Amino acid sequence: MLLIHCPYCVDTLPELEFAYAGEAHIARPANPMSQSDEEWRDFLFIRSNPRGLHAERWRHIHGCGRFFNALRDTVSDKFSVTYKAGRPRPDLEKAVQVPK
Amino acid sequence: MSPLRVQAGGLGADQIQQIQLGGKMSDLRISSRGRVDHARPVRFSFDGKSYEGRQGDTVASALLANGVHLVGRSFKYHRPRGIVTAGSEEPNALIGTSRGPGQFEPNTRATMQEVYDGLTTESQNKWPSLKFDVGAINDRLYMLFSAGFYYKTFMWPKSFWDKVYEPFIRRAAGLGRSPTELDPDHYASRYLHCDVLIVGSGPAGLAAALTSARTGASVVVVDEQSEMGGTLLSEPSPMIEDKSAWVWLASALDELAGLPNVRLMNRTTAIGYYHQNMVGLCQKLTDHLSEVPADAPRERLWRVRAGQVILAQGAIERPMVFDGNDRPGVMMAGAAQTFLNRFGVKVGDRPVILTSHDSAWHTAFDLADAGCKVAAIVDTRTDIPPALMQAAMSRQIEVLTGHTATATGGRSRVKSIRVNPVRGGTVGTARTISCDAVLMCGGWTPSLHLFSHTKGSLEWDAKAKAYLPGHKTEAVHIAGAGRGLWGIAAALEDGAKAGADALRDLGRKAGPATYAVTGDRTGTGITQKELPTDRNPSSARAFVDFQNDVTAKDIRLAVREGMRSIEHVKRYTTNGMATDQGKLSNMNGLTIASDALGKDIPQVGLTTFRPPYTPTTFGALAGYHKGSHFEVTRKTPIDSWATENGAAFEPVALWRRAWYFPKSGEDMHKAVSRECRATRASLGIFDASTLGKIEVSGPDAVEFMNRMYTNPWAKLSPGKCRYGLLLGEDGFIRDDGVIGRIRDDLFHVTTTTGGAARVLNMMEDYLQTEWPDLQVWLTSTTEEWATIAINGPNARKLLAPLVERQDMSDAAFPHMSVAECTVAGFPSRLFRISFTGELGFEVNVPARHGRALWEKLMAAGKPYDICPYGTETMHVLRAEKGYIIIGQDTDGTVTPEDAGIGWAIGKSKPDFVGKRSLARPDIVAKGRKQLVGLLTENPKDVLVEGAQIVLDPKQAKPMKMIGHVTSAYWSEALGRSIAMAVVEGGFDRMGDTLHIPTADGGSQAAKVTGCVFYDPAGDRLKVE
Repeated sequence: MLLIHCPYCVDTLPELEFAYAGEAHIARPANPMSQSDEEWRDFLFIRSNPRGLHAERWRHIHGCGRFFNALRDTVSDKFSVTYKAGRPRPDLEKAVQVPK
Repeated sequence: MSPLRVQAGGLGADQIQQIQLGGKMSDLRISSRGRVDHARPVRFSFDGKSYEGRQGDTVASALLANGVHLVGRSFKYHRPRGIVTAGSEEPNALIGTSRGPGQFEPNTRATMQEVYDGLTTESQNKWPSLKFDVGAINDRLYMLFSAGFYYKTFMWPKSFWDKVYEPFIRRAAGLGRSPTELDPDHYASRYLHCDVLIVGSGPAGLAAALTSARTGASVVVVDEQSEMGGTLLSEPSPMIEDKSAWVWLASALDELAGLPNVRLMNRTTAIGYYHQNMVGLCQKLTDHLSEVPADAPRERLWRVRAGQVILAQGAIERPMVFDGNDRPGVMMAGAAQTFLNRFGVKVGDRPVILTSHDSAWHTAFDLADAGCKVAAIVDTRTDIPPALMQAAMSRQIEVLTGHTATATGGRSRVKSIRVNPVRGGTVGTARTISCDAVLMCGGWTPSLHLFSHTKGSLEWDAKAKAYLPGHKTEAVHIAGAGRGLWGIAAALEDGAKAGADALRDLGRKAGPATYAVTGDRTGTGITQKELPTDRNPSSARAFVDFQNDVTAKDIRLAVREGMRSIEHVKRYTTNGMATDQGKLSNMNGLTIASDALGKDIPQVGLTTFRPPYTPTTFGALAGYHKGSHFEVTRKTPIDSWATENGAAFEPVALWRRAWYFPKSGEDMHKAVSRECRATRASLGIFDASTLGKIEVSGPDAVEFMNRMYTNPWAKLSPGKCRYGLLLGEDGFIRDDGVIGRIRDDLFHVTTTTGGAARVLNMMEDYLQTEWPDLQVWLTSTTEEWATIAINGPNARKLLAPLVERQDMSDAAFPHMSVAECTVAGFPSRLFRISFTGELGFEVNVPARHGRALWEKLMAAGKPYDICPYGTETMHVLRAEKGYIIIGQDTDGTVTPEDAGIGWAIGKSKPDFVGKRSLARPDIVAKGRKQLVGLLTENPKDVLVEGAQIVLDPKQAKPMKMIGHVTSAYWSEALGRSIAMAVVEGGFDRMGDTLHIPTADGGSQAAKVTGCVFYDPAGDRLKVE
């Protein structure tokens, strides 16, 4: 079981308290009706599915209830960093590492 | 009767066995040796026969003390098999144990099961008996069962699959027999946090524990054995710190046990190593006890989160691969040493040692010193340390170096071994040595299974000729034989260092620790493929994997047939895929495969070990989550009334809901028909408390509702309610429910019973991440309200006298109204809505008043013959009106238009969740499945929900299916069956006849209609 750092609670807690919520930084278009079929398809279905660092959303569902973002390595499963929703994807070089 | 008895001249079976063994059984037990309690005999049974063991014995050591080597039949060939090891890696000696009904356990390792008075055990894979087994015919047909035989044999004809092959494979597959009764035992579960977790309590683990514990760090030491000490239990002769090994062991354990920061856990297996230093432990608590305390859990699963993990699991001895190496009596040399020194049991009187490692020489010396006549030490190597040669000579043991073994003799017990000199690659003339045990050692494999669970890399070390730990992914240290080190001094030193390293990584400092060891038995050895032979190697039964019956020939065959990756070789031959996960076989298999491939071992690579380390009971994994604790049962405030009044219940999501209320003599059909009639005729009452409820409040509540739900909300005035429809962003229906506007800035949202959490999560998601600027607060109020639905023409007559602060007239409180008022004196949110098509109200009161309100309504409803009804009647009544159930009539691919509820879409709204998707090409395409009604030709036929629909029931199979039945009921109001279905292009098929094939090969015809079967004009809602 992973340990996950909630950036709102500022605490590292067991995975049981959290729920995965898909890839991060996919903003809903401001005006969906102006989207072409292809653009809308991409928004709905196309995901990056990388091997390695993946920016993804988690919710501290059995805690504070907040959605936040994380960079997690899809090979090792390990979290590199978690950050509040609305913040840009951090540059890992500069990011504060998750405390163990 | 048996030829054996005739030959033996009328001796009893026991005497025959003694003669065959060439000695008296009691000779095998040496009361001056071992750690068992020789003063405490224990009686247990094996295959119906009673045996005596000693307190502290395992079933294996006790059977060996009784001269019993034959303990099972092998998996594929049903060959007689004996005890091979003394530990959890045992591949052969798998037994069934039983304590009583439901407490049968198959595949227990006889080498791990401790004996106790009354223990009942049995052998496996035999019929009719262990000595005479019909399945052994497989052994004669071995050429048919070579590598990949499943793939080759069970190919054709296709029609044989169901009737012939599958039953055959199912009967042949698996070990032991499954218990058939419920397990009456219970299993516990706990969490634990510690600074240092040490797996293994041999010299390395103990040294690590002492170093760590002396700093005050919290330390947990686990060992799968009944007793701590690891190798030291089998090695009493060295001196540590001027104490004999066992005295030092006792003092080390005493010191650790006396420290408050140390937890010592024996009989505890580290079964899996998971992310971020979480290690799963399975602790056996009662399987060794004769008298089990009442209510004691049988096992306890621990989830340990450790700051640092030290793996000190030692190494596992490898068998030699040669013809007949699986005959009972052929076993690991290290195991024989353990049986002798730890249990005081000689595994034979005349053993032959067959080795390529120095360690087995010491076994020979220990056995000779215990009075065995060691027939020979056969070593495949030519360079032997002079000290070993000298020690053998002084004991008058014959030594054959540079030799191979090419066969064994005997039937259910080895009687001889055939050995040949090997000179310059040529196998010379054979010689047969008579013996009663062959003790083999093909080197030692570091036990790195747990390390492998962490995806830590294993790297080939040419010097140690072993895979050793490489790159680490966790805060873990490996100590002792796991790093290829050999000998007690090296293990102690390395363990102390691992402890110091772990503390350093925790930011602590450990004191130095050194251990003076004398009489240590260090040594080296070589790794090799199957032993060379002067006979045809293709007829050799040289086993690599004893449990899955894989031979060296199978592995070479797999390579010849094109398997190049070790992963393919493994799966094709099943080498290493048995319940021991190749603890004995993997390295030998790899060595042979790499030889066949003409590659170096590291180029061929290693397969991956996965949890659990040893087979683990389902009971331990399930823990407390069984029976009524398997999952929570949510009950409404009115549940107790339903129970008292004889309701039948059904599970809905996590809720249990009253299904129907049978009166005496009524079956479900009769009860539901009565409930339907009563509600439509006069008055029905229904517990709707499970409906999900969410309060949406705040200045931007209406804007939020406009964006989330398809419907327009801006013009809904407070005091009114509306059917709300929620889509996913993909345009498919997710949920629905009636939503009341209580105030300008407060909506009372209801959701489906199963959808409440999902809808709240979805709302939170949009609110937090897409529209954080909106001032809206979301609160789950599902369990705060008890909800009672009152339906029927007399609903208002019942309620009106009980309602205060709200005019109940049709004009003042029309259909789709909501009010805050009191009902029977309770504060209430009262809705006028209907899910039945009758005049209807839903009364929400604080949950604590739910049952009181229900009882008041029941009492007040007497004049109207008020009838409580359950979910089944609710379903029938709503289906008669064509009201959909999300998840029953929809399945995640249904749009509002498909479901015929396009009217619920606010077409003029610029945006809402899912709006853009309703214009996607696939959504607007022709031929989508649409929700329609079905009326069967025979009105008595009630269709089966989920049944497939076809145009032509006479077409060839597989038929073209154009939809399926989603809802089907007997309609009491209509006196006939009704159904709803999703059908391709259904709206254009009105009046068509479709066909629903039935399981018995027949077919039912039904006409396509609209979904509203009853009161299509809706007149019944308008009762004055």
